[in-house]
Amino acid sequence: MERLVASFFNLDILQQAWPILLEGFWMTVKLTLVVVPLGVAGGLAVALASTVRSRLVRWTVVVYVDFFRAFPPLVLLMFIAFGLPFLKIDLGAFGAVALAFLLNTSSYYGEIFRAGIESVPRGQYEAARSTGLSALQTMGWVVVPQATRNVIPDLISNTLEVVKLTSLASVVALPELLFAARQAQSLTYNATPIIAAGIIYLVCLWPLVRLLSRFEHRQIALH
Amino acid sequence: MFERLADTFFNWQIMGQYFPKIVEGFFLTIELALAVVVAGIATGLLLAIVRAFRIGVVNFLIVAAVDVLRALPPLVIIIMFYFALPTVGVRMSAFVATWLALALVLAAFAEEIFWAGILAVPRGQWEAARSTGLSFLQTLRFVVLPQAVRITIPPLTNRTIAITKGTALGAVVAVGEILYQAQSAYSFSYNPSPLTLGAIAYLVLFLPVVYLGRWVETRFAWKR
Repeated sequence: MERLVASFFNLDILQQAWPILLEGFWMTVKLTLVVVPLGVAGGLAVALASTVRSRLVRWTVVVYVDFFRAFPPLVLLMFIAFGLPFLKIDLGAFGAVALAFLLNTSSYYGEIFRAGIESVPRGQYEAARSTGLSALQTMGWVVVPQATRNVIPDLISNTLEVVKLTSLASVVALPELLFAARQAQSLTYNATPIIAAGIIYLVCLWPLVRLLSRFEHRQIALH
Repeated sequence: MFERLADTFFNWQIMGQYFPKIVEGFFLTIELALAVVVAGIATGLLLAIVRAFRIGVVNFLIVAAVDVLRALPPLVIIIMFYFALPTVGVRMSAFVATWLALALVLAAFAEEIFWAGILAVPRGQWEAARSTGLSFLQTLRFVVLPQAVRITIPPLTNRTIAITKGTALGAVVAVGEILYQAQSAYSFSYNPSPLTLGAIAYLVLFLPVVYLGRWVETRFAWKR
């Protein structure tokens, strides 16, 4: 028991590691604030593209979505982070992470928004058009708001996954929370920083998990 | 420009050289993925069944464990198992650490999905089955679970696919699966072609799975 406390919950070590962890935490927050809006915007664009009449565009979107859904995100990230510099394209760690997340998460958000748009009755679209709104106005003012409301649980669920996924950035040495924890671990020869990082993730994300759990139960119960 | 692109990402010579390694990783990824899916779904189903008994303390513990496993990033769990647990004398191989972490995460998600499915079966089904003389367990086994499992198939399939792709995280703790093989080949040859090869291997493995997921979604349409 004593050994457990000394190795996992060592307050002296935590005190030493705290500044590093805090810096890592803010990097994770910053990363989240960049990749989530990017992913949502990209996903919305993907979903809108899948509603156009042109078969070529729709087909391209399906290929794009399936392609990036089949790739494990870490594979995509490594490919971008290690491969692109060979083409003299250097995005830096943050840029590489942002690009990889944009490609990956926009396919997932895209699928969610597409399902949402399909759930809005066709009559809504026709009624809006008949009042003189253009196709784009109809989408923006009538269809997308209803579509979004219909898929809020899925959007939150995916956002939770995206926030958790930011921990992958540690692999390409972006100093976010997990990277900071591992760095602190190797400086202090003690696992406390890793446990602390886990607790920070838990404290930040647990409310989302609870919220989702409620949504899911209600969703299936209404089935 | 085109030549340089080909030479950098599709260098046949380097690809040929490391092809056997990637194939080796391919089979290890399949092995790891199957082990995760079987252990994760079985544990999740078991936990959901235990939860159906509605024993206060037990259910509280299940919910707490599930919440923790859903809130922590899988990579953090793998790193805890592989780098933190040995400091208190619990040692496991990188393969076991990755397998255990992903199986637990899948079990947590599966438990939630199965439990929601059990809740979705109308109360009357329970009452009718019990009144015909079936025991609690018989009711669960022959009446409730068959109905519950059917509606859980689409969300469960999607979640399973997403977590199975997490096998690539094993590369971080040096499990010799596809990504690890590709990455170490890349650092030996200082050429990204092995990464291309690894990416192709993942597509070969997961594109059919993504299509399976799409098919399941339409086949067992889970209407909101």
